[in-house]
Amino acid sequence: MDLLAVKVWRGGKAGAFQSFGVPRHPSQTVLDVVTHIQRELDPTLAYRFACRVGMCGSCAMTVNGVPRWTCRTHVNKVIRSGGLEISPLKNLPVIRDLVTDMREFFDKWARAKGEFRGSKSRRDDFETVVPDSPERKAVDAGIECIGCGVCYAACDVVAWNPDYLGPAALNRAWTLAKDQRDVQSNERLRAVAGDAGCHSCHTHMSCTEHCPKQLSPTAGIAGLKREILKSVLSGEL
Amino acid sequence: MTAKSETVLWIAQRASAAVLALCVAVHLVTIIYAVQGGLSAAEILGRTRGSAAWFGFYSVFVFAVTVHAPIGLRSVLGEWLGWRGGSRDLALLLFAAAILLMGMRAVVSVLA
Repeated sequence: MDLLAVKVWRGGKAGAFQSFGVPRHPSQTVLDVVTHIQRELDPTLAYRFACRVGMCGSCAMTVNGVPRWTCRTHVNKVIRSGGLEISPLKNLPVIRDLVTDMREFFDKWARAKGEFRGSKSRRDDFETVVPDSPERKAVDAGIECIGCGVCYAACDVVAWNPDYLGPAALNRAWTLAKDQRDVQSNERLRAVAGDAGCHSCHTHMSCTEHCPKQLSPTAGIAGLKREILKSVLSGEL
Repeated sequence: MTAKSETVLWIAQRASAAVLALCVAVHLVTIIYAVQGGLSAAEILGRTRGSAAWFGFYSVFVFAVTVHAPIGLRSVLGEWLGWRGGSRDLALLLFAAAILLMGMRAVVSVLA
């Protein structure tokens, strides 16, 4: 049986790659490879997954240098020189092996005012949202984010500026900025402006390039810059 | 820095970049055109001195550089050296003043 040469990161921030030989199978995913290692070769390997079908966003890792969902990545597509090198996502603290600490990533969603706040109660009628309106189309373009952290790991600005909110949090802020029901627009724009926010984006578009959902946080960040400028010019900010 | 002042810096850098795109193009075309006939430095100065239009153009050029370069350098210092805060902004204000002084000195020497 063909064996796949797999190097897997072991340890925390300080650590080293460990080599394994994993049997090749048709339609094998990178998550299948990691699972095989843990179940058959070394039960101490730590990694994170849940749904296995690209819905939960928990199995993202760096595969041959590129951040990806391992569950939706076929080995065939990414194999290089007959092997794989699997490491934790970049720009996040490593807890152990392939598991990163995602707290800072999600704390930044909160810092970007990523929560919805409406003005209506359960006794009010439903708000009518016109599906074809430009605002709703902008929301639709970014709303499918599942928070996997791939864009955050791919972002150069996050690596250079640890306070930078990152593409996912800014994308979330953009979808709320364009949500006609939300009432904390100015507070949010203030939260995502400046050095830690959208103005630090260099438009490298690594987030857009690597997003497994084919979203464009870059477009959302550009939209936030426009909205913030309008608010500053009108004196609202 | 407040959200407002960061936004003002951001738009100032983009607006100055738009001005610089035009200025650099005009500057390069003018240089290439001017040296075609093999003009000497003295001949060039003879034509530039006293021209209010060129004085205005190059003053705008220097002003755009004074706005643009320090804001870009601000990001470089923050991202590459981790230098943020008031001391960085003060240093960049001095840098901007130096660009303005040196640039206007050159403009006055060649065009006034």
